Amino acid sequence: MATLEHSAGGKPGPANKVITLILRIGLAIVIPATAFFILIQGFLFLRAGDAPRWVTVLVAILWGVIGVGALYYIFNWLVEMLPTEWTERLQPFVFIGPAVALMIWFLALPALRTFWISLFGKNGPPALPLTLLLTAPNEFFATLSSQFVGLSNYVAVFTDRLMAGAFRNNILFWMGIATPLTVVSGLLIAVLADRSRFERVAKSLIFMPMAISFVGASVIWNFIYEVKPAGSEQIGLLNAIVTALGGQPHGWTTYTAISPWNNLFLVIIVLWLQAGYSMVMFSAAIKGVPEEIMEAARVDGATELQVFLRIMIPYIMGTIITVTTTIIIFTLKIFDVVIVMTGGQFGTDVIATQFYRQSFVARNAGFGSAIAIVLLLAVIPVMIYNLRQFREQEAF
Amino acid sequence: MESGRSQKTINAILVNGVLALIVIIWLIPVIGLLVSSFRERFDIQTTGWWRVLPHRDWVQTETINPREIGLDPTGPMTVNGVTATFEEMRKGVESGGTRLIWIGNRRIGNIQIQEQRWIVGGSNFTLDNYRQVLEGKNIEIKQGDGTVETVRGDDFTGALLNSLAITIPSTVIPILIAAFAAYGFAWIRFPGRRTMFILVVALLVVPLQVALVPVLRDFAQIKLNGTFLAMWLAHTGFGLPLATYLLFNYIRTLPRETLESAFIDGASHFTIFLRLILPLSVPALASFAIFQFLWVWNDYLVALILLGSAPENRVVTMRLANIVGDRGQDWHLLTAGAFITMVLPLTVFFSLQRYFVRGLMSGSVKG
Repeated sequence: MATLEHSAGGKPGPANKVITLILRIGLAIVIPATAFFILIQGFLFLRAGDAPRWVTVLVAILWGVIGVGALYYIFNWLVEMLPTEWTERLQPFVFIGPAVALMIWFLALPALRTFWISLFGKNGPPALPLTLLLTAPNEFFATLSSQFVGLSNYVAVFTDRLMAGAFRNNILFWMGIATPLTVVSGLLIAVLADRSRFERVAKSLIFMPMAISFVGASVIWNFIYEVKPAGSEQIGLLNAIVTALGGQPHGWTTYTAISPWNNLFLVIIVLWLQAGYSMVMFSAAIKGVPEEIMEAARVDGATELQVFLRIMIPYIMGTIITVTTTIIIFTLKIFDVVIVMTGGQFGTDVIATQFYRQSFVARNAGFGSAIAIVLLLAVIPVMIYNLRQFREQEAF
Repeated sequence: MESGRSQKTINAILVNGVLALIVIIWLIPVIGLLVSSFRERFDIQTTGWWRVLPHRDWVQTETINPREIGLDPTGPMTVNGVTATFEEMRKGVESGGTRLIWIGNRRIGNIQIQEQRWIVGGSNFTLDNYRQVLEGKNIEIKQGDGTVETVRGDDFTGALLNSLAITIPSTVIPILIAAFAAYGFAWIRFPGRRTMFILVVALLVVPLQVALVPVLRDFAQIKLNGTFLAMWLAHTGFGLPLATYLLFNYIRTLPRETLESAFIDGASHFTIFLRLILPLSVPALASFAIFQFLWVWNDYLVALILLGSAPENRVVTMRLANIVGDRGQDWHLLTAGAFITMVLPLTVFFSLQRYFVRGLMSGSVKG
């Protein structure tokens, strides 16, 4: 017994080396396996959902957060057990792999798959087992092409009457009116706040709607637009003001007689929500305009308006472009406000509500996917701009 | 000099006045919602919420039964020296600070004599709306006239818990994954690094609409639809490009020397990441965390599509939208419900605004 211990402590024999190796491999299998087992048990527990709600919620939060941390830890531990050369080769993929894999699964591949679906009819491409391609390729392609419609979904997107209304609203009201309105109001408020002693408070309060959900904002504004029959007291602020001034009360967003201008009442909601964003961006940009240049211009007799137009605007042009682009992208996908306020009726349909209705209500996968691809095409210029900016950076 | 100073004062008053006006306009919608959520159901339905402010209103001083004093509503009637027809009285006839008004129909109505008075307070406030919205069971609510009504609650408490269960992991998980990736991109050299980062930049503005149908199909295949996990995965996937991009831009700027000295001490990438980079990146992590938190908490579209099949897992935005759809006139529920959904994001927003603004500045355009 003693001699054995002695030899084990002194110079490790080949038997010990083997044992250590086996132990290591064993650990490398057992620990991840246990971890996965625990994670799967947690998932099954959550999916069953039998426990009281708050227990489920607590377990869900812990399971999700600790689970991801544990996975990283285990994979890194496995990689670091390998020879140094392999550690160096594989470690980047432990760090970057999950992020890239998720982005590919949730954004890159879906974009391609949506394009593929958009080339087919109502039900999308038929679900065919890949084995059929090997056993009976003719049948495979015959079934596939029976559903294939080429670009006709795109033709439909651009000729459909409802889509025409949606495009009109997106381009005229959301891009043409809401975007410049938000940019300009944000800029004016920023300039105004910059000259006030109450800048912080004022900015904070105007910025606040950014934290409110579109659904919540829709409730807030629905309440303002609420209409009661003429003659009885109005509980909606707008109609109360209108009737107090001697006008007739209307359900403003549903007021088809002025359609399509009832869209403006939806635009106001988005202005209320987003002006804070543009204000904050401009506020920071304005503070970057050198005071000396503006002072020099004032000394030379320039009016405040001239200083604003000739010095400040050119100076913050970069921010103006960024903010405008951001709001254009945002309004392009406008959905929640419209669906909650009007459900896209009364001539307020937009591209994203049409996409939702075609894809998930009418179950017209091909058509809905074509709309999504049109949305994607619309942001391609911004994507290219971003990539170009990135190439100019020296980070890589 | 003197006129210059007074000009300055006028300017300051003008600037602050206009600014105050804008702030008030911006706040009124929220104040209206908040005040209404504490008013009784009947009050909300019949009078504007601004009635809680001090205002002048007609107050009844006396009621006359026209049949008792022998008035004939089909012709002109004389009350207190004022003569008017039924139609005129219906609208109210004013004379010398008092008003005559016919309440009810022609046959059995009464005439009220009213006086204009200032009304301060006098409104009934209640927490019943919140009780009804928050609780899931049947609850009893006392009406203004003393009767007790049993109504079904809307179980916002359950929806709030669901929202938390979805939002917290959907915020933490992408931050963790993105921080690892950002560190990898910034500090480890490996083949394919540039290509992968180009992917991140390209995906920044991809509208998530293009992803919904395929993701829904994948989730249906692995029976994940309607689960919290599905929401975490989807929000993580959709939020990762922005998270990685923001964190990369920040981590890249950390001083190289700290890292190099740690390497010389024999620390591994993992240790450096955990012990050095994560603590140093807290401002950037916080920026993105607020972004993602608000985005997930306020999200409606993704929840609608991925949770639509599981009513018990519905989140607050869906609950609220459901009430708008089913009972759009029930303002006592809508106002309280809307305010409940707003409390948490507003708290987070006001306490961590600094980081939120910083996130916006570093170019957060989400697809």
